[in-house]
Order: sequence, then C-alpha cells, then structure tokens
Amino acid sequence: MAERLLDIRDLSTYFFTHAGVVKAVNGVSFTLHRGETIGIVGESGSGKTVAALSLMRLIADPPGKIVEGTLMLGDRDLRALTDAEMRGVRGNDIAMIFQDPMTSLNPVMKIGKQIAEAIVLHQDKGRGEAWRMAAELLARVGIPDADKRVDQYPFEFSGGMRQRAMIAMAISCNPDVLIADEPTTALDVTIQAQIIDVMREMQAQFDSGVILITHDLGVIAEISDKVMVMYGGRTVEYGPVDEIFYNAHHPYTWGLLASLPRLDATEKARLTPIKGQPPNLITLPGGCPFTARCPYRRPECRDQWPQPESVGLDHGVSCWIPEEQRLALRAELPHSKAPAA
Amino acid sequence: MSLLEVRDLKKHFPIRTGVLKRTTGYVYAVDGVSFDVEKGETMGLVGESGGGKSTVGRTVLRLTPATGGHVTFEGIDVMRASRPEMQKLRRDMQVVFQDPYASLNPRMRIRNIVGEALIIHDIGTEAERKQRVAELLEIVGLNSEHAERYPHEFSGGQRQRIGIARALALNPKLIVLDEPVSALDVSIRAQVLNLLEDLQDELDLTYLFVSHDLSVVKHISDRVAVMYLGKIVEISDSAVLYNHPQHPYTEALLSAVPIPDPHTERARRRIILEGDVPSPANPPKGCVFHPRCPRPQEICTTAMPRLVATPGADAGERHQVACYFPARFKEGGRYIADEPFREALPEPPS
Repeated sequence: MAERLLDIRDLSTYFFTHAGVVKAVNGVSFTLHRGETIGIVGESGSGKTVAALSLMRLIADPPGKIVEGTLMLGDRDLRALTDAEMRGVRGNDIAMIFQDPMTSLNPVMKIGKQIAEAIVLHQDKGRGEAWRMAAELLARVGIPDADKRVDQYPFEFSGGMRQRAMIAMAISCNPDVLIADEPTTALDVTIQAQIIDVMREMQAQFDSGVILITHDLGVIAEISDKVMVMYGGRTVEYGPVDEIFYNAHHPYTWGLLASLPRLDATEKARLTPIKGQPPNLITLPGGCPFTARCPYRRPECRDQWPQPESVGLDHGVSCWIPEEQRLALRAELPHSKAPAA
Repeated sequence: MSLLEVRDLKKHFPIRTGVLKRTTGYVYAVDGVSFDVEKGETMGLVGESGGGKSTVGRTVLRLTPATGGHVTFEGIDVMRASRPEMQKLRRDMQVVFQDPYASLNPRMRIRNIVGEALIIHDIGTEAERKQRVAELLEIVGLNSEHAERYPHEFSGGQRQRIGIARALALNPKLIVLDEPVSALDVSIRAQVLNLLEDLQDELDLTYLFVSHDLSVVKHISDRVAVMYLGKIVEISDSAVLYNHPQHPYTEALLSAVPIPDPHTERARRRIILEGDVPSPANPPKGCVFHPRCPRPQEICTTAMPRLVATPGADAGERHQVACYFPARFKEGGRYIADEPFREALPEPPS
C-alpha cells in the first residue's frame, strides 16, 4: 500500500451567518494515498470546495469555522499547527489549483515572479535561481517559449496557458498533495483535454496525491481512482471509481448518472432529472440532506443521518434503505447499467 | 421554404483604438455562415469560445446588426425589415439567455418580467394578462403564486424557467436558446432540457440551440453545425455528425469530451489539439483551422475550403464539411488521398 498522505476524519465546517448556521461540510472523512487521485463530485453548495479549503485552513473566520474533525497530513495534525507553521504547509506540502486562473493570479505581477515567490519562500533558493526554476517549470507544463513567457503578465496569457502557469506554481515545491478545484471548468473542451493531460503527467512525475473537485462526471471517470459523492455537506457515497459508476448504491448517485446527457448515447432517450431544487443549507433537517428530493425516502431519513455502511471493498454508502431493497430498486431504474464484469 | 434561412451571414466588430477611436481592425466574429432551420426542428450550434455561435444567434434576431448577408424568416428579410415589420417579427422570434442571474431585472416582479412583452405588444386586458402570466408559469413548471415574487427568491433552475416563460409569452415560432443550461447544475440541467423538449412538442416550437457542450447539443438537436473562428466547418444531422465526423476539428472536439464511463474512458484515444484558438481579430490565412490541424497540407494554408457535401456520406447533401481532406479520405487513421477534395476548392471545377 502506498504511503498515506492525508487522513481526514469527521470534518465539519460551519458558517455562522446572520441568517443562521450554514453547515457547509458535515462530518466528512476520507484518506488520500501517494499517487492516488480522489475525485470529489457534487453540485453547487454540496460542500466540495469548502472541504478542500478547510484542509488548507483557508476558511475565513468569522464567519466560517472548522467545528470538528481531525485533519492529519502524514503524522502532523493540521488543526493543531500555528498560523506560521500552516504557512509552511501551504504551497509546500499541499498546493492548490483554482477554477478561474484569471482571478487567482495577480494581474500586476509577472508570471515568473509569482512562481518564484513560492520557491523563495519554501526552498532555500535565491531570487535568480528561483526565476530560472520558474522558467523551467513553465516549460515542463508545456508553455512554448518559456524563457520569454516567464517575463510576461497574466493578461498576456490565454486561459489555458494561465491554468498551466497555475499548475507550474502548484508543483513548484513538489507538494505531496495537490488540490485542484474545478481546474478545467472555465476552459474550452480542447484546452481541457490539454490541461488534464498536463495534470496527469505532473502527478506521475511527482507521485503526489491529487484531490480533484469537479461537477463533471466525465472528468471524474477520466482521471479518478476513488470518488466521493457529496450532497448538502455530507458524503453520501464513496468508493473506487468503477464502483461508483457501475455499482452505485445511493439514490443521489443514481440520480446524477441518469440526469446526464451523454455523448456515447446510441439512441435518443429522455433524461431522468432529479426532482426538486437544491437544498437550503440553513434549514436542513438533521437527517439525510437528500430526503426532500429522494423518490425512495422513508420516515427515518429526515431526522437521522445514516452511518456509512460498507457495501464493497473501500466502498461505503450512507442510506437508510436496506441493501437488498436498494439493489432491487436499482435494477428497476431505466438507466441502470449492469455492473461491469 | 425553411422557417429560417441564413445566407453568408457576416458580423465584423470594429476594433477602435486611440483617442479618436479610429477603426484599426475588425474582429471577424461571424464570417460567412449559411444554414437553414426547418419548422419544428432543433438546430444546434456548437463550438468553443470565440467561434461566433452566440453572435450568430444574436444577429439572426437582429439584436445586433449584421455586417453582411441575409436572414430570412418565413420569407421576410429580417435584416431589412421596417420598424413595424420588425415588431411583428419579434413576436415570432424570441430568445433565452445563458445567465439566469443577469437576464432577469432584479427589481421587477416575476409578473412584470413575464408579462412585459404582452404590454408592449398591447395584448389583452390587465386581467387577461394576469391570467396569461399565471398560465405561462404553470407551463414551465412553476406556481402561479410565484408571480408576485422577485428574481432573488428563486434558484438558478427556477430563474431559467422564468426566462423561458418570458420567451413563450407571445407564442413565438422560433426561440434562440443561447447556452440555456450552461449555468445550471447537472440535476437541474436535465429538468430544463426535458422542459424544453416538452414545450417544443406541445407548442410546435423551432429552436436554434447555441452551446459549447457537445453532449447537451447531441441530446437536444436534430441537426448540428460546428463553428470555428466564425465559420461553420461541418453541418449535418445530429446522429451522422456525432457518429461519422468528417472535419478534423469535429473529430478532435468529440474526442476531447470526457465520457462519464470509466471503462470507455480507459479505452479511448484522445486527439489533443495543440495551442489555443487563434484570435478572431487575426484569423489564420487559408483554412481557419490549419494551425491546429493534426494533418495540415500545403493547400490548407492557401484558401478556406467551401462547405460542401461529401460524396458517399450517409446524409447526402445534408452532411456538409469545409475540409480538403475530410475523414472519409482516411484509412486506419492516415489520409490516403494525396489530392484535395476538389469540390471544396474556392473555385469549384466547372
């Protein structure tokens, strides 16, 4: 088994607002190993980004607060670190790539300087050396004329190149953990293919663990080893990627898969949407957040959160429907796919 | 006669610089686009940013004046219609925009947003209009009581339903849908797509569906046009285009879309295009796609190929491609033709 990089247990992050307490992340657990890519999938407001920001301890306090949980990076407890120690972790041990490279790069600072900044900060390197390394990194992520490009500003880069620069910055200190928050959502599909390619290559080279946050199940299928499905701040299901796609146990996961228009569809079938609207996180009942939209809800769903139940190797689901009944329900779904042989 | 005929449509935006705002160049957003949309069908316009697909939608509706070309709706020349003619046309041609947050006035009640067009076109009494708004809200799956609320009280999916109700108010024939589901979450997107399909059946609507999402376009369209840098590079019946793409850009686009199926994904080989889409202000000479084309030939750098039917294609005349070396000239991933497809030459052999 590869080295365990992250061990997150029962993470809960709440936001204390005037309107009430927003339980953005509610008892989320997962582990990440070296060389592994874990995909966190969910819709807006499901808590996937807040979970990642919590790992980096980048939640603005107030109004946000990590109220519970242990966050272990190797044998270090991230919640116990001082702010100064945490700054040593960010960018160095855990690095992050954001969705929108235009707003996450400094528009008035040269690309090279932005990359060199992290190198000077975390590694024992001088400015000249760091600048040279920045150019090397740009070349590595596939930016042509890196020697010239390093001397340019973000506005001189296209969207795809900015995202490459972000990746260069993220890998500059050879982090163990790379968090990519919707890294390709703002990009065109041919550029997305390029960026996914670069990310894959970089992961193979540095053997880091990657947390990929996305709403795109296609991207998940393409690069994840494990998947965590989030809804309303909770992990409703997690497991190896094949299990989630071919042997899903949670009604929300079924709903997600059935609501996708697919490029590989052979006939024109009607989509099966999930009924209702996304939940309001302030007025969520204590039970399963999916209750209101779940076609199979039971009396206990509303008020009690079901503990995750193991349904396969490394595959867990939180649902009150008994397993046998779940499998029977799934077999009747119009879009159900037989588990792959 | 087709419901909508677009011929050699051009939209060039001037680039103005300096204090005197002199025109120093043009953005060739749409550069010679022709297609027909038949009554009752959904025509998909797909491509990446800068391809010009949204501009086609806006120019067709005359929301922005065209630089050249013709748009004919039910035989009426949209570009040259007089004001009163145009007002009549607007009842038949409506639009739904991408961003349900930006396209609804936050200070107007839903009643007024949906009913405004009825007032402008002087339709019905106030009581009748109220009745019509309630009816429209029900049609799009909202509640008639929602009429008194404001946009901020609704989620993204509900707002898009309001935008659709507004577009339906005047019983239009054609609706231009400009990325109508791009801002919505997956589960909500499916709801809105189903709603659009139902409305089309019930109300006999024709759609021009603009989107960058190839899966969504495949799902909803009867025919699809692929745009790149202001040009249509391929157009065909949806099933034919997706199963037998002829243009290398269409091939690359389709291969770049990740499919939500891990087994399929592992088995796929991706065509990764290099570089970025060039600026439409300075489009490449010759075929607009040649700098990114995996197999450019010398002739590709000389002139843009014409959009013509490829012989032997399943859809016959309905499947057109603008390429000197379309995929049907290929065997085992390699081009077997050393001569360009002559019909595509700018001056066709007589």
